[in-house]
Amino acid sequence: MSVSEREAERLHEVSGIALHNVHRHDVVVVGSGLAALECALESSRVADVAVVSKIFPTRSHSGAAQGGIAASLANEEEDHQEWHMFDTVKGGDYLGDQDAIEILAREARDVVYQLEHLGVPFSRNRQGRIAQRKFGGHTRDFGRGGPVLRACYAADRTGHALLHTLWHQCIKSQVRFYAEYMVLSLIIREGRCLGVVALNILDSTVHVFQSRAVMLGTGGYARVYRITSNSWANTGDGLSLALRAGLPLEDMEFVQFHPTGLFEHGILLTEGARGEGGHLLNGEGRRFMEDYAKDKMELAPRDVVARAIQKEIDAGRGIDGQACVHLDLRHLGKALIDERLPQITEIAQKFMGIDATKQPVPIQPTAHYSMGGIPVNVNAEVLEDGKNKAVKGLYAAGECSCVSVHGANRLGTNSLLEACLYGRRAGQSVVRYLASGAEMPTLPIDAANPVLERLRWLQGSQGTERVASLRRELQETMHRHCAVFRDAQALDEGLKQVRVLQRRYEQVKLDGAGKCFNTEVVEALEFGHMLDFVELIVAGALNRTESRGAQSRTDYPDRDDDNWLKHTLAWRGGDGVRFDYKPVVIERFAPKAREY
Amino acid sequence: MARHVLRVFRYDPEKDQEGYEQRFEVEAESHWTVLDALHDIKWHQDGTLSFRRSCRHGICGSCAMTINGKNGLACELQLAALGSEIVVEPLRGLPVIRDLVVDMQPIYDAMVAVKPYLITGSSPMSDQERLQSPEERARLDGLYECILCGSCTSSCPSFWADKQYLGPHALLWAWRYIADSRDEGEAERVGVLDDKHGLWRCHKIFNCVECCPKDLNPTKAISNLQRAVISGRF
Repeated sequence: MSVSEREAERLHEVSGIALHNVHRHDVVVVGSGLAALECALESSRVADVAVVSKIFPTRSHSGAAQGGIAASLANEEEDHQEWHMFDTVKGGDYLGDQDAIEILAREARDVVYQLEHLGVPFSRNRQGRIAQRKFGGHTRDFGRGGPVLRACYAADRTGHALLHTLWHQCIKSQVRFYAEYMVLSLIIREGRCLGVVALNILDSTVHVFQSRAVMLGTGGYARVYRITSNSWANTGDGLSLALRAGLPLEDMEFVQFHPTGLFEHGILLTEGARGEGGHLLNGEGRRFMEDYAKDKMELAPRDVVARAIQKEIDAGRGIDGQACVHLDLRHLGKALIDERLPQITEIAQKFMGIDATKQPVPIQPTAHYSMGGIPVNVNAEVLEDGKNKAVKGLYAAGECSCVSVHGANRLGTNSLLEACLYGRRAGQSVVRYLASGAEMPTLPIDAANPVLERLRWLQGSQGTERVASLRRELQETMHRHCAVFRDAQALDEGLKQVRVLQRRYEQVKLDGAGKCFNTEVVEALEFGHMLDFVELIVAGALNRTESRGAQSRTDYPDRDDDNWLKHTLAWRGGDGVRFDYKPVVIERFAPKAREY
Repeated sequence: MARHVLRVFRYDPEKDQEGYEQRFEVEAESHWTVLDALHDIKWHQDGTLSFRRSCRHGICGSCAMTINGKNGLACELQLAALGSEIVVEPLRGLPVIRDLVVDMQPIYDAMVAVKPYLITGSSPMSDQERLQSPEERARLDGLYECILCGSCTSSCPSFWADKQYLGPHALLWAWRYIADSRDEGEAERVGVLDDKHGLWRCHKIFNCVECCPKDLNPTKAISNLQRAVISGRF
């Protein structure tokens, strides 16, 4: 469907956008991972939906998730949504908003059942019900008991199973896919989102999408780090879209390092490996977690385990003095490993030549997940001021958003849950918004101009800097200055280096200006996006003078509830970062000391 | 460090009448994959080289290409195992867009044709899962792991000869759903499957089995479908 001829002609006259490159859909979903596809599927029941994504849907990084999706189904043993809620609050070091967490724990069952009904091939127990396994930080009886069987899984390919099933359902629901279209701008005027502007990677044409509602499900950004579990596509594009539209980001200083990334590669080896009984051993062959979390051991939350590993490495107790420790699965036996952990044994074999049933696997903490993101309320409406005022017709869910259920540290299996659950809620909100009479907006004739200007600059750029070299420097900077442990001096230096890289990016040079599938242009645009929000991570970490969850300041080692039991909101301005704050929603569980 | 020569297929429709081979030399670390080498070329030698990639550990299915004559994922194949000269070409049987990037639309269109989703007449109870025994669930192993990389279908001579052939990937997915104890969609799918462009186009050449990066067996899935049709199960 195209826009009215008159409007398209106006755009064509002003911007040179070809008439057939102006599109009109009720709903435009940006991104194609779990959150995006859940929203697309939900809203496709009543509306004409387009998914616009820089990669084909099944390439999305949701598919790399391994271990499971949390829900207190109690298929294996007693469990309750209140226990799940408590674990999530405590796991997030009391920074999560408890209204959003209550919804997460309460609606989890419904979401998992719906996924099963859609055809997800969950692993099953002897009763034929969805099988469940242990995961870090998920416990019995408000933390008083041991680890609980709460993670629903499909072997160790849970994300893959969910992603493909949802894509299949979107095919059934006739969702329109614009794959390999990279969205470069949100069109927002007077507090309402009117559509998006995108680059078609195939031929470098610029397309304008006019829509009644826009949803962002663009995922995370851990590619700003050198060692990461994330795919090359995880460049935080949605965060840049929000910042460029003048919107704030929330709690960006909280970056999760997954404890078990394959040494030097960073590739994820699921926490499910420890959930099934895997051990962590230092260079002395000792289960060092007893020094850090003597009760929950390897099944303490990720921030706790990642810090423990890093401390062992820093103290010279890595394997042969290297920056790694061992993940040991040998005692689990080949049969269990083959049944429940086939993918990670395949990864260990293919990338390190290690048979995980016979040898321990070297691992190190790997940049994994962003707790922060675009501020939204529990209905997935994007908040213009970060607090109360929603942008009309703009929604976000999943890793690019901050609702905030994960607080200062996410528990494993809560990300797939959040993506599916809040992605679906975004879809439900879109449906309500459309039903309330939201009309197709009129497009401003200058809608595409910022994108056209950026592309003209990039394609004509005559500088001397190579994107790959700048990106490598950024990744090194983030790893040295803003990783598992942080302090003011390192962060200050990191911030300076980020700002130098921002200036050097203006002098970028491309080898070719071809129009056909120019991935050099795509990488340059992605790197520009990284530079937009990375400053907020470092400045936020410097600004927050406490240690909480994944933010661990060696110069401020304690949690400081008096001053910092609040969310950071940050805007990017001409002369740096502007901060504001909002209170944490505390309904039920008052902050307590966090021990495992 | 070891030196490898990569002989890479190049084609830019804006400049080239036809494709050609370009030689690049890389100094590779011992654990480098073909994708690492392609990145090294793109980032340090020639930024115009185009290819798809994302997860770099064999789950997203973006970087399938023909490497030393055999289809596979660039991100998984170690240079050391491939020799000092490595030929890297786009997947065969699909239109080349640029360099190593092919048009995957035929692969996706075939997926749509086989209705890759549960088809059921009954609606499940909203407050619980449908039951499925571990044995019933085990029938989906070796099927649901497909990452849709296109290695199989683009290596299939039957597909090269008949571009309307659904291909091993789509037939494998068809069997994944039909084999599911929760699915009742055989009748809806039989028309497109029991067709000269459907499962009878498979001539058991086994290229798909040989090259699948996930060690799946599309030929077996197709045989299962054929047996089901012959035995009148549909």
